[in-house]
Amino acid sequence: MRVLAVVNRILKQFLHDKRTMALMILAPILVLTMLSLVFNGEELELKIGLIDVPSTVYTNMEQENVAFVKLDSDTDVNETLEQEDYDAILAFEQGESKLILEGSDPSINNVIIDNIKSEISPNTTSVSLSVEHLYGSQDLTTFDNIGPVLVGFFIFFFVFLIAGVSFLRERTQGTLERLLASPIKRWELVMGYVIGFGVFTTIQSSIIALYSIYVIDLMMEGSFFYVLIITVMIALSALTLGILLSAFAKNELQMIQFIPLVVVPQFFFAGLFKLETISDYLSWLGPLTPLYYGADALRDVMIRGQGLIEIWTNLVVLGGFSIVFIIMNIFALKKHRSI
Amino acid sequence: MTTTIIDANVTKRFGKKKVLEDVTLTLTNNEIFGLLGPSGSGKTTLVKILCGIDVPTEGHVSVFGKKMPDLELIKRIGYMAQADALYHELTAKENLVFFASISGVKRNKRAERIQQVMKLVDLESDLNTKVETFSGGMKRRLSLAIALLHEPDILVLDEPTVGIDPALRNKIWDTFEILKESGVLIVVTTHVMDEAERCSRLGMVRDGQLIAIGTPDEIKTKTEASTIEQAFLSYGG
Repeated sequence: MRVLAVVNRILKQFLHDKRTMALMILAPILVLTMLSLVFNGEELELKIGLIDVPSTVYTNMEQENVAFVKLDSDTDVNETLEQEDYDAILAFEQGESKLILEGSDPSINNVIIDNIKSEISPNTTSVSLSVEHLYGSQDLTTFDNIGPVLVGFFIFFFVFLIAGVSFLRERTQGTLERLLASPIKRWELVMGYVIGFGVFTTIQSSIIALYSIYVIDLMMEGSFFYVLIITVMIALSALTLGILLSAFAKNELQMIQFIPLVVVPQFFFAGLFKLETISDYLSWLGPLTPLYYGADALRDVMIRGQGLIEIWTNLVVLGGFSIVFIIMNIFALKKHRSI
Repeated sequence: MTTTIIDANVTKRFGKKKVLEDVTLTLTNNEIFGLLGPSGSGKTTLVKILCGIDVPTEGHVSVFGKKMPDLELIKRIGYMAQADALYHELTAKENLVFFASISGVKRNKRAERIQQVMKLVDLESDLNTKVETFSGGMKRRLSLAIALLHEPDILVLDEPTVGIDPALRNKIWDTFEILKESGVLIVVTTHVMDEAERCSRLGMVRDGQLIAIGTPDEIKTKTEASTIEQAFLSYGG
């Protein structure tokens, strides 16, 4: 029953420490809200240049929020895109149409491509459209696409930090020593932490997931229940990793220094960038990070509307990470008491 | 009746640095054993090894005839470290309840034990106060109360009365003496000379070595000093 005593104590500490509780729930919500506004805020005002567009096509080109401007035939396309505020230039050459995008903003790219395709195709079925980018590439994503990754990331981030710091404090304030001078077993202490924080992070994860889906209105094709399972599993791996790494930190500041080393890189591999496009020197790291599996599962459910059959391997791997971290934790405590 | 409770012979190294060198101790019930020595002499390392948190590099520690560290033996020890080791976000009572259940105080005895130890350290009226608002001395007293909670047979106290006023300190030492009479072994490190006078036996530690051991009177006679303080200084403390 010592496990229960630890669980009880952790929950009481949370209840007394309102600021930490608020940080764990409100901070992710606030940041997600800001990001959703950053990505999906105002209507786009597009400016598209036209070169040698046949009048049959041109006369039909009228759209809300898009300004079409005719340019001279001998315009230097790249120079105009670089120096003026055009978002794209559509050029016709010998019946071939070519769309050159400014390209640095993925959300704009997709809108333009859709627009131009719908403008051209009803008129001239024979014309093929080739798309070029001045900057960037076609594979960049929008908020709906990275939203699930962000939800997973913020849960991971805050649970990692707070679990790590509170276990570290256990050491710096001397309570770990006192606990180890009592008959508590090492596994009882670790499991107490896992369950105590587990209860709290389940509540935290559900609030964040509910908010992201129903208030921020993230794309949600699958079942909310699966999202909850995935986020709790992400939180569990963050919690066990945080506790483990706290053994290597001397103080809170050093724990924070683990964030750029351990947490931020996971974000890169979590699907924000396609793994194939990441340099081979780095891309092998992806499958070694918990968030890689968590974010993939969240996308499967939220974007692709998939269910347990598609996500179970991800869940198993996430659970595997947690179990390995728990076992390593129990061993790491040997440093403080050999039995 | 006097029985041996702790029998130890330890050497401890941290890397190449020798912290304790061939320290031999035999401690019995019904005694308050005081460890005296300058800061950094190895007192804290020694008490940590005695209560099973740390292990010696060479040598052995046996408690009640069994080899340490051992979880069954650890149950019978109450340890109070130099750090207060309290959860500051929690109230005094929540701290006590937590450590009571960890150290195996029976549920039906908990409330009674908590009252008893809090009365002893004069904190009864602060049971429901958060520890973060406590003064240094109050934290020290609460920490001591926690070490006493599970009625241990051995009490290991690392500078227990730092920051506690003389009147209360006196009262706490009276309790130590009552506990001693009931058969408890108390190992205490201290810098306070009038506390050293109240110990049954003293061990002088310097540079990781136990350079003298005996009753306060024996130590004074050996060094031809009239007070423990002079004896302490004559050993180069």
